[in-house]
Amino acid sequence: MARVKRSTVLPGFRLTLGFTIFYLCLIVLVPLMTLPARTAAMGWSAIWQTISDPRVVASYKLSVGAALMAACVNAVFGLIVAWVLARYQFPGKRVVDAFIDLPFALPTAVAGITLTTLYAPNGWLGAPLDKYGIKVAFTPLGITIALVFIGLPFVVRTLQPVIEDLDVEIEEAATSLGASRSYVLTRIILPYLYPAWLTGFALAFARAVGEYGSVVFISGNMPMRTEIAPLLIITKLEQYDYAGATAIAVVMLLISFTLLLTVNALQGWSSRKLAH
Amino acid sequence: MAHVQTGRTRDPKKGLTEPAPVRWLLTAVALGFLFLFLAVPLVAVFTEAFRLGWSAYLTAVAEPDAMAALKLTLTAAAIAVPANLIFGVAAAWAIGKFQFRGKQLLITLIDLPFAVSPVISGMVFILLFGRQGYLGNWLMDNDIRVVFAIPGIVLATIFVSFPFVAREIIPVMEATGSQEEEAARVLGAGGLQTFFRVTLPNIKWGLLYGVILCNARAMGEFGAVSVVSGHIRGVTNTLPLHVEILYNEYQFQAAFAVASILAFLALVTLVLKTIVEYRTRRSMEPVHGN
Repeated sequence: MARVKRSTVLPGFRLTLGFTIFYLCLIVLVPLMTLPARTAAMGWSAIWQTISDPRVVASYKLSVGAALMAACVNAVFGLIVAWVLARYQFPGKRVVDAFIDLPFALPTAVAGITLTTLYAPNGWLGAPLDKYGIKVAFTPLGITIALVFIGLPFVVRTLQPVIEDLDVEIEEAATSLGASRSYVLTRIILPYLYPAWLTGFALAFARAVGEYGSVVFISGNMPMRTEIAPLLIITKLEQYDYAGATAIAVVMLLISFTLLLTVNALQGWSSRKLAH
Repeated sequence: MAHVQTGRTRDPKKGLTEPAPVRWLLTAVALGFLFLFLAVPLVAVFTEAFRLGWSAYLTAVAEPDAMAALKLTLTAAAIAVPANLIFGVAAAWAIGKFQFRGKQLLITLIDLPFAVSPVISGMVFILLFGRQGYLGNWLMDNDIRVVFAIPGIVLATIFVSFPFVAREIIPVMEATGSQEEEAARVLGAGGLQTFFRVTLPNIKWGLLYGVILCNARAMGEFGAVSVVSGHIRGVTNTLPLHVEILYNEYQFQAAFAVASILAFLALVTLVLKTIVEYRTRRSMEPVHGN
């Protein structure tokens, strides 16, 4: 098959592929290779010393924990939002639909200072919460809220097209055979949505683990308590501790790549499932 | 009959949708969640920006450092977007129109910048070009500044906005196949003529969509640019970094005034995106025959 296609009359294969690989190496691969190169030069014990430092461990736990919480919140509400947008009619639906992508379009620094101001003890949302003794800004809860904001579109946008493409005939068949609506929802529709749902969850999670801009303002950055891993990398870089920064970064990259591979596997599962 | 086929907006039929109270409850929960997490923050940006009135707003926005930051943001985007556009078209042509080994790997590698934390995206350029970086000594000897200077900011911007155009048009190129182009070639069209007259009209909406997203990311990037910038006021500050500096100096109203420019750009992005999505859907409809 590959042989036949190669005899195409279209020009430019060598030129475009050559340029693609050259540009990819120049902008992405060569810069990224500095990380494993630095790590290899460090030696295992030096790396272990950096990443087993209690302050670093605390930052990993916080980054991963808050990202996980935020992804769970987004998974629940994202499913509801995607369902409502795909299936129900209400006035202003198009505007609401367009606004889902706001977290993608709004620079993270803007989101960061806005959420901090809103949830500060004297802010619009922070003040009423403060009355009940709930502190949001400068706590892990605030970090989670910022991560919910930036991860919001992922679950909605992966689920929405799948729900729109659901075959109504399956639902009609089940209903006409006497299945109740709740049975149809939980036993027929939901299993169909699992791959896309998990993909959206993993994407939101991956984005949140490495997030910096929207979190750094609301977190308060107290070592051991509200210091996220990306901030610790910046701190090390500012102290010219390149080795320390590299060690922290490599662990974060491993987490991201594991998630990316999971997403790829899920998408494979999803396309097989949707292909019937 | 036609009713069932048209798909997208179905009439809620009895038994095929949830009971009305459930529908209302779910809609209320969804809208409440979106109101709290999207609408309230957006309103807050503009409220805080205009808290001290128009004149204070204009002063903050027209201040020389803010203007310098705006100029740098536009410069970085003006380099990053065309660079990634050319790359995206080249990559999509190679991947979409030809078969070769390692194609799937190439597609995965193009998406790589999405998997990397913004902070790490900036950091790799410090490891490469910084004073203790691999090329640090050579750059110093030749008196070239990359990190803590404009080239570093441009490089970091290109890195984080790298995949957007490519990943939008690769699927479109793959889906349209190469028969139309082959026909044009056989009928005597040149390579570039084939591209501009046959391929481009097919991919234009995907291309535009990618450019819009790429530009939004390029103008709004914070983490990666923050690492390589060095925060030199009026020199290596982009708009998002300027917002940070003002905020950390407790000039809240000025910070939100500058932030409101970025929020406005985000709204423009959303409008353009919606228009392009609408046009794409319309141009796809006759082809979408399955």
